[in-house]
Amino acid sequence: MAERIIPGPGARSAARLAGSALRAAILVAISAVFVFPFLWMLTTSFKTLGETIVFPPRLLPESWKPENYELAWKNGRFPTYLFNSVFISLSILACQLVVVVPAAYAFACRAFAGKKLLFGLVLCGLMIPGQATFLPIYLLFSELGLIDTYAALIAPMAASSFGIFLIAQSFRQVPLEIIEAARLDKAGTFKLIARILMPMAKPALITFALFSFIAHWNDYFWTLSMTTSDAIRTLPIGVAMLKNVENVKSWHVIMAGNMILVAPILAIYLLASKYIKTAFTYSGVK
Amino acid sequence: MRSSPESGSRARRGRIASYLFIAPAIAGCLIFTVYPLVFNFYLSAVKWDLLSGSRRFVGIANFARLLGSPAFLAVLSNTALYMAVVVLVSISAALLLAASLKESTKLNAFVQSAVFTPHIISLVSVSILWMWIMEPEYGLLNFLLGMLGLPPSRWLESPDSALASLMIVGVWKTVGYNALVLLAGIQSIPASVYEAARLDKAGKASTFFRVTLPLLSPSLFFLVIVNVASSFQVFDSVSVMTQGGPMDSTNLLVHWIYQTGFEYYRIGEAAAGSVFLFVIVALATFLNFRIVSGRIHYQ
Repeated sequence: MAERIIPGPGARSAARLAGSALRAAILVAISAVFVFPFLWMLTTSFKTLGETIVFPPRLLPESWKPENYELAWKNGRFPTYLFNSVFISLSILACQLVVVVPAAYAFACRAFAGKKLLFGLVLCGLMIPGQATFLPIYLLFSELGLIDTYAALIAPMAASSFGIFLIAQSFRQVPLEIIEAARLDKAGTFKLIARILMPMAKPALITFALFSFIAHWNDYFWTLSMTTSDAIRTLPIGVAMLKNVENVKSWHVIMAGNMILVAPILAIYLLASKYIKTAFTYSGVK
Repeated sequence: MRSSPESGSRARRGRIASYLFIAPAIAGCLIFTVYPLVFNFYLSAVKWDLLSGSRRFVGIANFARLLGSPAFLAVLSNTALYMAVVVLVSISAALLLAASLKESTKLNAFVQSAVFTPHIISLVSVSILWMWIMEPEYGLLNFLLGMLGLPPSRWLESPDSALASLMIVGVWKTVGYNALVLLAGIQSIPASVYEAARLDKAGKASTFFRVTLPLLSPSLFFLVIVNVASSFQVFDSVSVMTQGGPMDSTNLLVHWIYQTGFEYYRIGEAAAGSVFLFVIVALATFLNFRIVSGRIHYQ
């Protein structure tokens, strides 16, 4: 902008050009700090063992070796881990929608005694992390025989405070006249939520779905705490164990396993980076 | 509309329906947030051996023992140090980044997406990736140090550098998130404010310190709280990269709680350790609510 307002003499604009080139170079270098490690992981995953133990290291493998992926896949129980990761992340999201949407509707569109207090209670969950509650919940679940079950991984996530907060916020944006009109038409509550509120809150719902899926796909702590059996465990635990399996550190195989864990999230990020950036910076809930 | 006596019962039915809509959510909060918080306080006052099943009330003995144990005090001080460095470095770096990315150009949009990438990748993946980069013999980082003429480091394998290595990973993962939150804050500052600063012939530096920074203080305060809470809870990178070693130099609070409860089966002590986590997180939560509700109020 400033350039157009004050057109400087040749020498000054040359200096400005050099300045903006320098600025661009610095910004590209900063980006590289955050992106290059992922590229390094990708190329390592196609190297041979020999190529991972040369110094100085080289970026590209001599020939690209897809075998590493096969080795990682066969090591431990990767197909089970992958299934569990997908199944658990999606089940959590489904349960959350069933619990969160009616609650968000009641908090946003209905009047009842104790509403403020109860909403405050829900918000309490917003920043109390699993790390602060896992011990009593573990003891509770082990008493109920729920350790090593999908229920132990899914049920505690269903009443998502973030989801209720976010979706109630966007239900509140729906004009009251529209809700009243639907009530006068004797449209049932279910119809009101499904046909009117949810379509109008679509951006918030997508934001929440992306946030929830990514957060639970990435979860390590909760799954590790609530399971002992490989049959129930997920990709992050599988990948973390990959590095303990072999005596010699086979970084090429470990990086191949890691790629399997990272690739879906990177793919979603490439497709929907704008939504994801909003989802994760919305209110700072991690 | 129906006649009045019926509409009374309808209103009652409506009230009951409201509670039914929120019942599952409230039940979830009670079982998975309130109950564990309360039960944890009870646990912190008992000596409970999971293996033998013996359980007895010991009052504040667990706390007394922890606070008298140099090992636990080292855990607390390492956690506080980790938190302080990660929060300070990550937010300062994010502030610089946000200030230089505020114009909406293609390059800036690319840089934003790039620096944000680590935030959405699991900390497990990030940890494993950085273990490879910090590998002492063949790792990329020692190679880069060598190119700059600096001596190599043992990174995660030496008690002198392991905690710093975890801090590097922590900063790398969070700085992009912090930058984006600050950037949103900067972009919401009205252009007229900057116009006024320009008419006052304020320089770039004084505009930044006298205009941008004060107007950004709600976002900054919010980030400090969120970052303090999240870095106090760090577990994945410790568990994957160091398991608390070498020589306990990276045994941070949540890892210590996990170990004490699940590996040594000392439930009472683990619960007492959790109380320290509660206090920090609860304090942060309380402050955060004030800000979150403030934001809703003023928008």
